[in-house]
Amino acid sequence: MSHEAALHEGHGHDDHGHHEHHDTFLTKYVFSQDHKMIAKQFLITGMVWAVLGGLMSVLFRLQLGYPDASFPWLESILGKWAKGGQITPEAYYALVTTHGTVLVFFVLTAGLSGTFANFLIPLQVGARDMASPFLNMLSYWFFFIASIIMLSSLFVETGPFSGGWTAYPPLSALHDASPGSKTGMDLWIIAMALFVVSSLLGGLNYITTILNMRTKGMSMTRLPLTIWALFFTAVLGVLSFPVLLSGMILLIFDRNFGTSFYLSDIYVNGVGALSNEGGSAILFQHLFWFLGHPEVYIILLPAMGMVSEIMSVNSRKPIFGYMAMLGSLFAIAILAFLVWAHHMFVTGLNPLLGSVFVLLTLLIAVPSAIKVFNWLTTLWRGNIRFTPAMLFAIGFVSLFISGGLTGIWLGNAALDIYLHDSYFVVAHFHIVMGVASMFGMFAGVYHWFPKMYGRYLNNSLGYIHFWITMAGAYLIFWPMHYQGLAGMPRRYFDFSIWESFKQFAELNRFISTIAMIVFATQILFLINFFYSIFKGRKVTVLNPWESNTLEWTTPIRPGHGNWPGEIPEVHRWPYDYGKDGHDFIPQTTPVGEDETGTH
Amino acid sequence: MTLFLSVAIIVLIFVVIFQIAKASEYVSILKGEEASRQQNNKINGFLMVAFLVLGFVGIYVCNKMYYGKTQMAQGAASIQGEKVDEMLFVTLIITGIVFVITQVLLFWFAYKYQEDTNRKVFFFAHSTKLELIWTVIPAIALTVLVVFGLRNWFFFTGEPPKNAMVVEVTGKQFGWIFRYPGKDAIFGKKYYKNIDPATNSVGIIWDDEYSKDDILTEQTMYVVKGTPIKLILGSRDVIHDVGLTHFRLKMDAVPGIPTTMWFTPIYTTKEMQEKTGNPNFQYEISCDQMCGNGHYSMKGLIQVVDQEEYDLWMAKQKPQYFTAFPEKDPSAVPVIDSTAKKATIVKL
Repeated sequence: MSHEAALHEGHGHDDHGHHEHHDTFLTKYVFSQDHKMIAKQFLITGMVWAVLGGLMSVLFRLQLGYPDASFPWLESILGKWAKGGQITPEAYYALVTTHGTVLVFFVLTAGLSGTFANFLIPLQVGARDMASPFLNMLSYWFFFIASIIMLSSLFVETGPFSGGWTAYPPLSALHDASPGSKTGMDLWIIAMALFVVSSLLGGLNYITTILNMRTKGMSMTRLPLTIWALFFTAVLGVLSFPVLLSGMILLIFDRNFGTSFYLSDIYVNGVGALSNEGGSAILFQHLFWFLGHPEVYIILLPAMGMVSEIMSVNSRKPIFGYMAMLGSLFAIAILAFLVWAHHMFVTGLNPLLGSVFVLLTLLIAVPSAIKVFNWLTTLWRGNIRFTPAMLFAIGFVSLFISGGLTGIWLGNAALDIYLHDSYFVVAHFHIVMGVASMFGMFAGVYHWFPKMYGRYLNNSLGYIHFWITMAGAYLIFWPMHYQGLAGMPRRYFDFSIWESFKQFAELNRFISTIAMIVFATQILFLINFFYSIFKGRKVTVLNPWESNTLEWTTPIRPGHGNWPGEIPEVHRWPYDYGKDGHDFIPQTTPVGEDETGTH
Repeated sequence: MTLFLSVAIIVLIFVVIFQIAKASEYVSILKGEEASRQQNNKINGFLMVAFLVLGFVGIYVCNKMYYGKTQMAQGAASIQGEKVDEMLFVTLIITGIVFVITQVLLFWFAYKYQEDTNRKVFFFAHSTKLELIWTVIPAIALTVLVVFGLRNWFFFTGEPPKNAMVVEVTGKQFGWIFRYPGKDAIFGKKYYKNIDPATNSVGIIWDDEYSKDDILTEQTMYVVKGTPIKLILGSRDVIHDVGLTHFRLKMDAVPGIPTTMWFTPIYTTKEMQEKTGNPNFQYEISCDQMCGNGHYSMKGLIQVVDQEEYDLWMAKQKPQYFTAFPEKDPSAVPVIDSTAKKATIVKL
């Protein structure tokens, strides 16, 4: 019994020991400085946003699928936003915009990086906590305040911002251009600014921790790929988010203080000619996409890292080409900064400049191909255990291939000039960035849930969750390629007046139905998650997945400080699976004398 | 009531699934971890192959159902469009091959190498040769696509032929305004502060001599088949985008920064109606950049006609100057004092 107690109540005794005494409810669960608790806070806040964002997509899919139907219950919930039981264009655009903003930033950035960078970095590099636990706590609370402000924008009289998550001025800069560009937009900008502060605090912490707080023997090339991916993610965020912030500040000035950074030659219906001259509406797009494109990789890289780790563990085989995986992460991170204008091929960009961006954009396919083939080779001749985490990892690779390949279409300017802002784009980025990263996040949750809560998620629910979501993702987004090839523009409230686009009414209904089923399946996951926190099967072994990495050397429920005694020393890389007849050799195992080639 | 019922049914389904899942967990504990893991591996391994096969069937069915509804099936209506379609086809072939190979390998490996206690895994950490292969081959394929793409890109964004007809397109919330330069083939200058929605929707400077014969139309633009059309795009308020699906082009209309695009239509509207078998066929201009709550209804039309019909239409158009100053219109006021007319014109 005493041994078990030690397993469960492991506390740091050296540098962080003093944190352990007198933890009140407030310091343990609310203003916690324990990276594991902060990770859970990020995860659960992210999940709340994911549900809200998903619900929004269900509502606007309802409009797209059933443009003529009336749902009286909608009016009783949404009031004037659904007059006569039908969502109004105002509400539709508000929903689309908020769905995009929330999913991209609050779920797939804060919810994904925030959760797993916080949870995994100290545990996998062998540190007692983040370099600055206090900044880490602030990072969450800035995110929390940003969330509250974003949420409150949903309830203002004129509605939340409704000009698309990219918030291009002049639409976003002119109070009179759209009802959503009034107070809703001010709140949107403030929320985003606080969000940027949150991700900078987090990012600096992640970088510092990875560089400075690795345990003895944990050289950079012995880091699990998860950590590498999170490292590059943090670097991308720290370098690109400030640019977005500056863009947002200029936008606030244009909106409220009469400057003309983005405004020129504008006549607003019902208002008249504005006095602003000399600004450039395109400038904002450069600032926005200088973050916006790295943002795609901020979302994708953590998922890639976790998938690499989970695939290796569950194939019982080393990740194939560790250095190539690392090099391709590095290449993607560099290229992420050099391709932003491929979102702007049709803005009147200088064609020569455009051609440079075509070249650099398509170049990303090379490191992406390396990653895909390396994942495939990792599976090859392995011994695959289909845990729910592994299924989601395989699903990630499949989606990454499908969505990545259409990126080759869109990155080629001569095709983009046709496909830009059509449903083809919707299909592309939802598959490669949205659903794929979400799969990475699910894989991570299923894999590390036992470490987070000391209990297992229900396996069968995990399988049901995976297969419905996997099939659903393809059923929803695959046909959208065809809509895009028919030229159907995105962000349309209704297609019935268009001779060229109205032929897909039936397909839209089908997609909407599947979307609702997939959303309902996610509720199943939520039930599984919250039920298992309290009632799930208890973890009884230290290392349930028989994994090599350090987090599994901590007690089943690690306390603040992670290891009760000394932090273990590392002697090898984390991917010695199936080596010399051993199923797995943890990183803490010293290298044997007759061992073949070691890292 | 139906709402209540459907909610009740959904909740019931959740409860049932949840109970089954919980029960299966107890069963797996009874059976032992090893045995239940093997069973799960078998089921999921099978599902992997099933998903692969059903996936390809699904792609086939989807293609069968919807290819006919895409623009590809209809064919492009401009020389630019034909190049885009050709390029789409080549890109589809190249990415399609990669898609099939990688997806088959992924799901097949997942099935084939599911856990088997007798198999000894192959400790295979890296192979420079293999990695080089899948660096170089994609790089070559991409070079082909880049070269192909850039040739088209420079053609699309390059200068139109000298004989191009020029039309100015201005977007506003939520409609399109077209301006023709008139007989002198030169647009009069404009300044946004002159905009008057009733008579001068783009803010033409009437003092400019070139503006006197400028023609403004709304919603429908007439162009001639076989003639290169150069569009000069602008916007009055927010960013719009001139989306020409049938011509396979689009370009943003930005306030304060003029942009251009050009294309050569190869079928008249009538020919296209016959070609598609749809008597309601129209070349529609769709706004492809989020521009406010009426974005989805911002439709314009392009009538592609032959020269003869175009000339007839053009003859019927009245310069906007006479709408702005009806008293100057010679057709409305047959007798006019020519000296008085000169006196009222203020030079720039």
